[in-house]
Amino acid sequence: MSKARLLPEKLTVYTTLVGLLNARNYNFGGEFVEAMIRQLKETLKANLYTEALYLVRFLSDLVNCHVIAAPSMVAMFENFVSVTQEEDVPQVRSDWFVYVVLSSLPWVGKELYEKKDVEMDRLLNQIDGYLKRRLKTHVPMLQVWTAEKPHPQEEYLDCLWAQIQKLKKDRWQERHILRPYIAFDSVLCEALQHNLPPFTPPAHTPDCQYPVPRVVFRVFDYTDAPEGPVMPGSHSVERFVIEENLHNIIKSHWKERKTCAAQLLSYPGKNKIPLNYHIVEVIFGELFQLPCPPHIDVMYTTLLIELCKLQPGSLPQVLAQATEMMYMRLDTMNTTCIDRLLNWFSHHLSNFQFRWSWDDWADCLAMDADKPKPKFVKEVLEKCMRLSYHQRIVDIVPPTFSALIPAEPIFFYKYQDEANSKCAGYAVAITVGNAIKNRASNEEILTVLKDVPNPNQEDDDDEGEGFNPLKIEVFLQTLLHLAAKSFSHSFSALAKFHEILKALTDCDEGKLHILRVVYEVWRNHPQMISVLVDKLIRTQIVDCAAVANWLFSPNMAHEFTRFYVWEILHSTIRKMNKHVQKIQKELEEAKEKLEKQQHKKDSGDEEDMERNSEDEDGQLEEQIERLQEKVESAQSEQKNLFLVIFQRFIMMLTEHLVRCETGSVDFNTPWYKNCIERLQQIFLMHHVTIQQYVGTLENLLFTAELDHHILAVYQQFCALQL
Amino acid sequence: MSIKLNALFSDSYVDVSQYRDQHFKGNRYEQEKLLKQSNTLYVGNLSFYTTEEQVYELFSKSGDVKRIIIGLDKVKKTACGFCFVEYYTRADAENAMRFVNGTRLDDRIIRTDWDAGFKEGRQYGRGKSGGQVRDEYRQDYDPARGGYGKVVARPQSIRTTT
Repeated sequence: MSKARLLPEKLTVYTTLVGLLNARNYNFGGEFVEAMIRQLKETLKANLYTEALYLVRFLSDLVNCHVIAAPSMVAMFENFVSVTQEEDVPQVRSDWFVYVVLSSLPWVGKELYEKKDVEMDRLLNQIDGYLKRRLKTHVPMLQVWTAEKPHPQEEYLDCLWAQIQKLKKDRWQERHILRPYIAFDSVLCEALQHNLPPFTPPAHTPDCQYPVPRVVFRVFDYTDAPEGPVMPGSHSVERFVIEENLHNIIKSHWKERKTCAAQLLSYPGKNKIPLNYHIVEVIFGELFQLPCPPHIDVMYTTLLIELCKLQPGSLPQVLAQATEMMYMRLDTMNTTCIDRLLNWFSHHLSNFQFRWSWDDWADCLAMDADKPKPKFVKEVLEKCMRLSYHQRIVDIVPPTFSALIPAEPIFFYKYQDEANSKCAGYAVAITVGNAIKNRASNEEILTVLKDVPNPNQEDDDDEGEGFNPLKIEVFLQTLLHLAAKSFSHSFSALAKFHEILKALTDCDEGKLHILRVVYEVWRNHPQMISVLVDKLIRTQIVDCAAVANWLFSPNMAHEFTRFYVWEILHSTIRKMNKHVQKIQKELEEAKEKLEKQQHKKDSGDEEDMERNSEDEDGQLEEQIERLQEKVESAQSEQKNLFLVIFQRFIMMLTEHLVRCETGSVDFNTPWYKNCIERLQQIFLMHHVTIQQYVGTLENLLFTAELDHHILAVYQQFCALQL
Repeated sequence: MSIKLNALFSDSYVDVSQYRDQHFKGNRYEQEKLLKQSNTLYVGNLSFYTTEEQVYELFSKSGDVKRIIIGLDKVKKTACGFCFVEYYTRADAENAMRFVNGTRLDDRIIRTDWDAGFKEGRQYGRGKSGGQVRDEYRQDYDPARGGYGKVVARPQSIRTTT
């Protein structure tokens, strides 16, 4: 039975086997079904909804194998659909139960209708009514493209419903699923069937985490695969079944790319469908899935490379065709998906000597640089450069593309030459530089830095300990200049002079200024900025909120739509999240340890009671108290980080909207689209974490007074678990 | 049937290879234990010109990189075609084994393998000439790895018995 769970694409083979066994041994069938029901209960309790779905599908196919009586299956479906009548439950709960019923019908719809058509009609009517009244607030946030043409991006339940309706119209004739049991019908029809015990879906509890809704990804239709077999239409049930099976193959084999590629390409029935197109569409569908792909992004890149290796004469062309189509539709593609597309494309190219027909994209050269197409090409080239080097990029694109080539990643040193000698702090910069080169101690360097005047101070009555931006500038510019050779050099420098940096950035303004200086010197090398910011956070020279404030500051406004800015922000949020998780884990472990120790005491072991003195317990309790404080403080920092980020977004967007309204200008500029989708992205990428702070967000930030465009994003996010 | 079941749980890209570092201080058991827990990967077949930045970019795709140590020629102290990549978590290193190993960096198929952990001194090539051992004896011409192998560049050395 575990095999069926692991290879759901081979479901009908296993149900046939069970059917044959049941025909031989009625008790086996009974026990098997009972075991499956037990497992179904457990998976539902454990929030394992994908597992539960396959179990139900397996059970429904067992009807086809004469193991389970059709009426009892219908009864189970009726119980599932009755969840739609429950009050005060999240919509995603009833969604799931409806989905389970609908997605089993391609397998068992025919049989159930033959035996119980009246009940099934009633069931489908109930579902129809539910689908009509359910809310679709979440849909805009989950669509890869905002345009309805050429392919509407349908909500997953709507699409499945249309597919089932069509199947019903076709009198449940489904020709794609392999049904081995048909060959054994003479044996199976003799078997005694079992009735499913009445199954009540477990009640909703606050712990339940139902699957998030989805939007169906469509990039191809039958016109795109002109030769060979025809691609089943978007509302045909074949399309659903093929995609389900391909998704399942990826789910089973994603860790082993060669096996995965081979399994995908040997899909049964592949001669009747344009398999390469389906595979490419399913893979991109997963890669672009919002909120998150089911598996790590890089897996898809490597899988596509394996597929290209196995089908060198056909797959690369389909992939190129898909890339071309996605390039053409960039204007309406969700910013998060554009990120993933350019990451994929640049990494893919780096495996194929960066060969691409760039001239085909010459149309982007005539557009404004902030439009999606030229922006995309520019960011792709920047990513390609990170995987190679500047000259390589110059060589691979036609000369006409020179405006989109990334800048050479050089360091900008303020105190470079004599020409800058009038600059404030120049003399000290030279002295500091020499001091560092001569391995002066931290005290000596701090003494040198004392000579730096503070442009913020009016007179010298202060000890000079306040925030001195010039001091920071002189020291950090010089240090980073000396260490500019490589990442390792820069990291060593930050480590060696950690003490000084900490001293200089004791306040919030200091932290902000350090980030500004890093940007000033490395503004042509975003990758270096990224890794330096990472190190500064990890060594606690700056905190996460400082990074957020810096990225949203007016100084960085001109960089606001650049990809690397968001890489840094999301990396920062992730570090914060991991930090909280780490301490929470430590707390859990300490609590478990204490519990174990107390158990030992309670078990009344005389010897142990002597040894497990009050001391040990006391120590642990103290540790737990400390960890508890640490967790609370970390969570508070985390909450604050999100508040800062959301506040900044709201300010920027509101300002823009107000300005456009007063100027009677269309607010929907490329900048606006980028900004609002970046706000969406924060919610999408961290929706589980942000869920905890919903109360505060609603009270403080996302109130009814907010512009409805901004509030809509918040409401869409809430709809993900409503 | 059971073989197939094992195949389903298999994660062969993450398995420890046959290679064992001969200079490892400790017994085989200790070495294997470290390899199975390690967050560090050895990366081989790099071009001499591949930079730390390029390695960072590629290996960051499977998770946050803690540090990279570029392998150096013991004599020249220049890059000699290998490096170590250390991750903060084992899970991220495993994803690199699954999805970065066997793909290209600087147009070369690179190979990753588990490493017991970086220790000072291990960043140097162990070949007689200062680079990696594999570059001592190979016969082919590889412009990204100093051209011919050392044994080809110094034909007299074949006759020496040392």
